Amino acid sequence: MPFMPVKFNLQKRVKLAQGLWMIYWLSVIVGILIFSLGLFFKVELRKRSEMMDNNESHLVPNLLILVGLLAGGVSAFGGKVCHDSLDPVKFAKWKPMLKPYLLLCCGFNVLMLFTALLCFLMQFAVYLTLAEGLKNSIKFYKDTDTPGRCFMKRTLDMTQIEFRCCGNNNFRDWFEVQWISNRYLDMSNDLVKDRVLSNVEGKYLMDSVPFSCCNPGSPRPCIQHHLTNNTAHYDYDHRIEELNIWSRGCREALFAYFSSMMNSIGVLILFTIMLESLDMAGLKYLATALETMEDPENPECESEGFLLEKGVKETFADLFVKMKMLRGGNEVEGGEAAEAT
Amino acid sequence: MVVMKMKFPFQKRVKLAQGLWLLSWCATVAGAITFTLGCILKTELRRRAEVMDNSDVHVVPNTLMIVGLASLGINIFASKICQDALDAERFPRWKNMLKPYFAVSCFFTVLMLLAVIMSYAMKGSLESSLKVGLKNGIRFYKDTDTPGRCFQKQNIDRLQMEFQCCGNNDFRDWFEVQWISNRYLDFSSKEVKDRIKSNVDGRYLLDGVPFSCCNPSSPRPCIQYQLTNNSAHFNYEYQTEELNLYLRGCREALVSYFMGLMNTIGAGVLSVFLLQGSVLVSLRFLQTAMEAVAGNENTEIETEGYLLEKSVKDTVMEFIEPVMQFFLFKNQVGEGSSEAPADP
Repeated sequence: MPFMPVKFNLQKRVKLAQGLWMIYWLSVIVGILIFSLGLFFKVELRKRSEMMDNNESHLVPNLLILVGLLAGGVSAFGGKVCHDSLDPVKFAKWKPMLKPYLLLCCGFNVLMLFTALLCFLMQFAVYLTLAEGLKNSIKFYKDTDTPGRCFMKRTLDMTQIEFRCCGNNNFRDWFEVQWISNRYLDMSNDLVKDRVLSNVEGKYLMDSVPFSCCNPGSPRPCIQHHLTNNTAHYDYDHRIEELNIWSRGCREALFAYFSSMMNSIGVLILFTIMLESLDMAGLKYLATALETMEDPENPECESEGFLLEKGVKETFADLFVKMKMLRGGNEVEGGEAAEAT
Repeated sequence: MVVMKMKFPFQKRVKLAQGLWLLSWCATVAGAITFTLGCILKTELRRRAEVMDNSDVHVVPNTLMIVGLASLGINIFASKICQDALDAERFPRWKNMLKPYFAVSCFFTVLMLLAVIMSYAMKGSLESSLKVGLKNGIRFYKDTDTPGRCFQKQNIDRLQMEFQCCGNNDFRDWFEVQWISNRYLDFSSKEVKDRIKSNVDGRYLLDGVPFSCCNPSSPRPCIQYQLTNNSAHFNYEYQTEELNLYLRGCREALVSYFMGLMNTIGAGVLSVFLLQGSVLVSLRFLQTAMEAVAGNENTEIETEGYLLEKSVKDTVMEFIEPVMQFFLFKNQVGEGSSEAPADP
């Protein structure tokens, strides 16, 4: 007994073929969209790779690019088959390819499910990479004369300005590193000597932040030096006042940005999986409707389309038996080889 | 004397109609693109409206939007006309509408050319508007507690960071205004009192700039205060050293940005103008060729098409005459009626 049979007359078949053709072209457009989103994600990761210690994983965008291309190709092929389906001569040459094509679509859906899962799970990896990368970026901020790190200052400044954030967790991260290079410190000055001697590693630490932490929306000109010293500025109490630097940490800001991107891409892939499943079901109905025509010469005869030839349970049982036979075949060959030796 | 006569056998007429149909649809899309470009330009100008003193330069995007919409209508009409052109029964109903249609289309096409010329010519007006607007912006930078000017600081800061510029002409403009509000100045401090007494207006002037002038690409942490004081910073000489501020003035930056935008849009609209012109010329040829066929039993005869029936001068006079007559007639009636009561 076929699984989910539906009766088709000529009109219904024609409508199914046309509708399916349009859905296939929609799938092609969605595939192109996934491809471009994968490219965009890759470019964004590249742009921020300095913040991530240059060891971020490009698995997800590469997979997205592959999935996008495959979706486009598979759907274009399906669309072509649909287009030819109502012409029995043209359809005859596509007939033998349909079964492997549908199996390929199944495998492709599994791949997309895997990609969607990765999109949601890889966010943890991004978070950890960002934490480590930002810590190092802040450490190397002052090394504008070291090859390989010349542009760290610029990148970190631009990131803080663009994402409206300061430091790794918050602005106090800047108090723990020396972010002014020794080239610009007057080592003969008593103040400088005191500060350098005041800690074990001989670093020039201060309670200041770089200018890129400044918030332009604050009504007061930016206070970036002597942040914890109330007497250094007029009418200033750092404990109660809203500081005019960004209070959010860059790790949180960057993670929010990437996670929202990855979540929306994941949702899009889930939508694509549903679309592809719809395509597969439609194509199966169309193929079976065309095959079961009682009188191939008369195009206006009725036919029946179905999803599976037997019921779900029986189809799986058949598959299981087939797989067992394949393995049984191997055992027989193995037995022969054992006999031969 | 007919202007630009051309022979049109039947096949050529058919080809002309088909080509014109395609061309008019392309021109419709081009008209929509012109409208979109006008909208984009207007949005960009509005975003920076706080640093512009007057909105004279808005005439360019407004004209582009009007011309874009008109071009859309003109070309849809043209495609409808050439669809009916080869059908001898449906073509005559367009006869009366064609003369005013051509007049209106020519007017809007000339307007398109004017818009392109204006987009190049408005540079002076834009520059003077920005000069005054930026000067005011810098003056009101500190007034974050005055209603109507609260966001001036934020706007100027964001502008300087986005366009990588500082001040009006250059960073020294900040030395001439008090950009720190009195609310944050300690008037009991000797230094503050000295500075305020040092100038006539009693303003707190200093040789410092806001943080938004800082250049992130500079290898050195930003020096924004005591810029002209070499001893205030280690290993610093402001006369010879490359400062780690943006050197460009914001007026120059904004003018080059907007002129770049307007020039690109102007070039695009110029090509739309050429396309539109070719549509109108082809339509005129098709119309005159089809008019010669009217009334003939055999629609496949060879006809002649032309641009203008008389010479250019005569055609222009033909259009202007009714307008002149209207004005002259009014004058004459006016004179007559003013004379009548004078007669006893």
